[in-house]
Amino acid sequence: MRCGDFKDTYVRDEAIFQSVFVKVWLALFLVCLLIFPFLANEYVLYIVNLIGIAIIGAHGLNLLTGFTGQISLGHAAFIGVGAYTSAILITRVGIPFWWSVPMAGIMSAFVGVIIGIPSLRIKGLYLAIATIAAQFIFEYVFMTWESMTRGIRGINVPDPELFGFRFDTERKFYFITLFFVVVGTLYARNLIRTRVGRAFIAIRDRDLAAELMGINLFRYKLTSFAISSFYAGVAGSLWVSFMNIVTPEHFPLSLSIEYLAMVIVGGLGSVLGSIYGAIFMVLVPEILRFGTDFIKDIPAFQHIFAPLREVVFGALIVFFLIFEPRGLAELWRRMKNFFLLWPFSY
Amino acid sequence: MEGREKYQLKIEDIHLSFGGLKALNGVTTGVRSGEIFSIIGPNGAGKTCLLNCINRFYHPEKGKTLFEGQDLSRLKAHKIASLGIARTFQNVELFGHMTVLDNIKLGAHIHMKSGSISGGIYYGKTRREEMALREHIEEEIIDLLEIEQIRKKTVHTLPYGLQKRVELARALAMRPKILLLDEPATGMNLEETEDIARFILDINEEWGVTIILIEHDMGVVMDISDRICVLDFGQKIAEGEPEEIRHNEHVIRAYLGEEDVTYSRLGA
Ligand SMILES: Nc1ncnc2c1ncn2[C@@H]1O[C@H](COP(=O)(O)OP(=O)(O)OP(=O)(O)O)[C@@H](O)[C@H]1O
Ligand SMILES: [Mg+2]
Repeated sequence: MRCGDFKDTYVRDEAIFQSVFVKVWLALFLVCLLIFPFLANEYVLYIVNLIGIAIIGAHGLNLLTGFTGQISLGHAAFIGVGAYTSAILITRVGIPFWWSVPMAGIMSAFVGVIIGIPSLRIKGLYLAIATIAAQFIFEYVFMTWESMTRGIRGINVPDPELFGFRFDTERKFYFITLFFVVVGTLYARNLIRTRVGRAFIAIRDRDLAAELMGINLFRYKLTSFAISSFYAGVAGSLWVSFMNIVTPEHFPLSLSIEYLAMVIVGGLGSVLGSIYGAIFMVLVPEILRFGTDFIKDIPAFQHIFAPLREVVFGALIVFFLIFEPRGLAELWRRMKNFFLLWPFSY
Repeated sequence: MEGREKYQLKIEDIHLSFGGLKALNGVTTGVRSGEIFSIIGPNGAGKTCLLNCINRFYHPEKGKTLFEGQDLSRLKAHKIASLGIARTFQNVELFGHMTVLDNIKLGAHIHMKSGSISGGIYYGKTRREEMALREHIEEEIIDLLEIEQIRKKTVHTLPYGLQKRVELARALAMRPKILLLDEPATGMNLEETEDIARFILDINEEWGVTIILIEHDMGVVMDISDRICVLDFGQKIAEGEPEEIRHNEHVIRAYLGEEDVTYSRLGA
């Protein structure tokens, strides 16, 4: 009897969604996500699709940088590899979108592993610099390998289709994005609570002790690079089919930095953090654009306020780094605790 | 041939130096299966270095370590775990940002199978494996070491004494054949020290794990060791049962230099 009770406790304790309460909330949230596109306009849905794609990319980078502790500034290159792989497979080989997504992921993962090899010897900033190499190499390849990538003319990619149904609007594409976001989020969440994910965190926290546990650093660092770039490849693949075009200038170093900012602002080493970070990084510039557009109409302010958007955006990021280095995920957790305990918060 | 059967772990003529400093100068010894084998010696004698050589964290210039007849000298550090060699450190080496439970789970890494695909799906076999692991940890390890209260705590928030206990728990999750303990009772009060001594005896007797123990608390060492090896300036100066060591002249002289103080320190 007592034993049975204990076992039930472990099972419940090991579940991701622990209480009925949480499960109900989640179900409600999912229903909202499904109804949402029918209430929102195309512009809002355009932004939401971009957020979704950014979430997938951010999950990837967070697994590598936040959970395994390997800084990468080559994430945009991996997204680009996925985007081009998908575009080429769809337009040249005639493979349907649905197959091109995992293939783009695998291609990026492969490239990621190769770029990740230096991580066995170097750490921190040095690794960041080494991964920038990937960034420049692939930008160059996208630009000059014209027979494959068509250089700066870019490749036009048709909308995805499923049994004759064309995903040709922002609203329709939303469901594709949502599907991949949900799958990607669940996968990341599960990975980090099982053997491989624990090994990643161990490497980040103390690689000497990790080795003592029998964790092969070589293998797990490369695995982390592979999984991370797989996510990047999927994000890139979704991105081309959403935008219907890919050109080399879509994957600059600044995009890599933006992704790094995403996971830092959202919360390194937090799956929810990747989501918050992606929302923040896509949404805030849009909101600021509205704000500055409004002020810009006042002629006297025109010159001063044009660059304001970048300044405010940069300031917000710096603000987070200083006041909430553990990111939005931590801020949210503390707020939740505050209200759960309210009025006994202090 | 004889030696191979007699000793589970054999250390042959290990030399290790840092610059001009000879940390280990030709140490040869052997540990028998199932015994509690203590290594003692003054600060800086080379005790920790010896464990680091067994673990392959340090690479000795000369000498061999054989575990169950297998030469460890050519193995990578991460391969040592799967042979059944576990270890705790003088300055705790836990994963500070993880919970106690996750730290212990990491100890079982080599005994688990789930990979990056099955782990991410978390269904069927993987789920059963995780549950079985949790059950094993709860019933065998947490229960034995009496750490039920802290299983959900983040490690770096715990006091030093408890961290040492968690590190021992993590080493046990590796289901080792031989356990290397580097000063497990340092920084503990009398009661905690007695607990640790009791745990070591339990692990040795009930799990049948061979123990190599480095410890400065002579009470504990004399009480629980089957045999003791004494190092001084990187050299072995004595080896034998506690009673012999207690009365060994070299040991008494090396240990403090002053006979009467040494006597009381060694508990004779
Ligand atoms: N990584 C290292 N680099 C340089 N010198 C080292 C290193 N590790 C150990 N030593 C030196 O080797 C000698 C033996 O050190 P070791 O840590 O094995 O001593 P110990 O017997 O464990 O002492 P304690 O009881 O203080 O832990 C010491 O003089 C120490 O300073
Ligand atoms: Mg030491």
